[in-house]
Amino acid sequence: MRGSTFGIDGVFVENTASVVGPKESEGPLGKYFDKTVKDDLLGQKSHELAEIRFHISAIRYLLNKTSHTENDVDLCISGDLLDEITGASLTLREFDIPFMGAYNACATFAESVITASVFISSGKFSRIISSTSSHFSTAERQYRFPLELGNQRTPLSQWTVTAAGAVMLSDVPSKVAVKRATLGKVIDLGVTDANDMGACMAPAAADTIFRHFAESGLSPDYYDLIATGDLGVAGSELMKLLIKKRGLELGLNYNDCGAMIFNRVSQDVGQGGSGAACSSSVFSGYIYKKMLSGALKRVLLVPTGALCSKTSTLQGESIPGIAHAVAFEVNE
Amino acid sequence: MNAPDKEYLALIRERMPKSRHFATMFRAFWTGGLICCIGEALTLFYSEVAKVSVEDDVSSLTTITLILITAILTGFGIYDKIGAYAGAGSIVPITGFANSVVSSAIEHKREGVVLGLCSNMFQVAGPVIVFGISSSILVGIIVLIFKGAFI
Amino acid sequence: MIWMDFLKTFLIGGAFCLIGQILINNTKITSARILVGFLLAGVLLETVGVYKYIREFGNSGATVPIIGFGSALARGAIEGALQNGILGAVSGGIEAAAPGIAAVIFIAFVVGLVATPKTK
Repeated sequence: MRGSTFGIDGVFVENTASVVGPKESEGPLGKYFDKTVKDDLLGQKSHELAEIRFHISAIRYLLNKTSHTENDVDLCISGDLLDEITGASLTLREFDIPFMGAYNACATFAESVITASVFISSGKFSRIISSTSSHFSTAERQYRFPLELGNQRTPLSQWTVTAAGAVMLSDVPSKVAVKRATLGKVIDLGVTDANDMGACMAPAAADTIFRHFAESGLSPDYYDLIATGDLGVAGSELMKLLIKKRGLELGLNYNDCGAMIFNRVSQDVGQGGSGAACSSSVFSGYIYKKMLSGALKRVLLVPTGALCSKTSTLQGESIPGIAHAVAFEVNE
Repeated sequence: MNAPDKEYLALIRERMPKSRHFATMFRAFWTGGLICCIGEALTLFYSEVAKVSVEDDVSSLTTITLILITAILTGFGIYDKIGAYAGAGSIVPITGFANSVVSSAIEHKREGVVLGLCSNMFQVAGPVIVFGISSSILVGIIVLIFKGAFI
Repeated sequence: MIWMDFLKTFLIGGAFCLIGQILINNTKITSARILVGFLLAGVLLETVGVYKYIREFGNSGATVPIIGFGSALARGAIEGALQNGILGAVSGGIEAAAPGIAAVIFIAFVVGLVATPKTK
């Protein structure tokens, strides 16, 4: 392998945890999530605090599931979409675990898993949690408009997933292993429409996926599932078109976490789900369980992020995208 | 910053789904017309039933009533659902202006009454007040200069 | 004849909203810009003397949309300037708009204190 694709040895997914809100639990993947809540405010005084509760409860649930104490975990690499990632920072206030914050917008989950995997394979760490959270109501206010404003959502808009997903990576062999990764580049083709996140991120996803196969020498049908993070339905089509132009065709094993998590027809979510927890909750809930049951053996997860802030879009900056690819495989 | 990739932007325009023009325009038309008719009914009520004689007072009372109705609907989380259906039909009437002020006030109350609710009340609608008052003063000055044309 | 008034109100008010929707669909501009655009159009049309005909025909259809708010501001400024000179030119617009602005501030303050934002 060459370029920014590299193999990872001796890193395993010990377990995962996912906590999702009401709308996500009504979606097609609802039954795969560990915990679903009926009230997305969780009895807190603000949606920001609710998002933190989601994140805390995912990590706590993960610790319970694996019967580890906080002392067994060497590091938490976490992120979210709130200002200065206060979601993750304030979450880790509750735990006696070292913390490193990560931010790559909605691609944060991949950044965190790749960093954790490299740390573990260095031999200096043996158990790291990587987690992300997002919340519809905090993202709406952060990037768009007040909740009660009578605005029409454009057909291109996406619905931020209210959830938290956490995975425990460790050097103790278990069924699912992290095998390889491709680091993404910031790619900007000049899209300025903040409502069209799919189009902002599609070029970055196409570039990362193309380089992953070119640099690893694998072909797309090597994987049972290639899942981008949150391109949405239209964004996924755009991405497939871009990658086809470079001579690579993605088949039926391609899907998008944002398109999988909601039922687009009945749930009125525009092009599908988005948010930092979109890929982490779909991986923790659905993909990991399908890998444990043997239904999926090799999965390439490509979380995608749109790199913008309210200020940068107001100042007329175009919105670049980023995507990192991580390959998970079931140990034979 | 990279130069925009014209080929890609053209691809987006060609491939990405568009707004359903006819349906959204029809909804905006009838809902907007209906809101104005509610205003007309209020005007009739204040002038004919409540016997308010000054025309300007009638229109002020109508405006205030519409603002009050909007504020209540916004507070109960109903106006955003109307807006999702109506689009411009519920933005262009004065009720849309009231909704943008009330929704911003509600959204930011958790950062405190003074620095949250009050400072952010005109987050969306502030430009309307600024442009409205500034342009009216400009008009006033123009009238002073060209007085003859306006008498 | 009342029904004719309502029909005219419906048509004029609906037409303004239709124009707004066409702008939203084709330019992706936000609601704040729509409101400002209509407001300035109202100020302009009132100043050149056109809006009074629209108002006579459209009744509330011409006064309820934000464009009518713009015309009321301009009308206030014109009357103020003619009656009170420079002071009237400065304060006439906001005087005409005062009931609406005052009501919106007070009502938003009260509702803001009472209501909480809900996820859609």
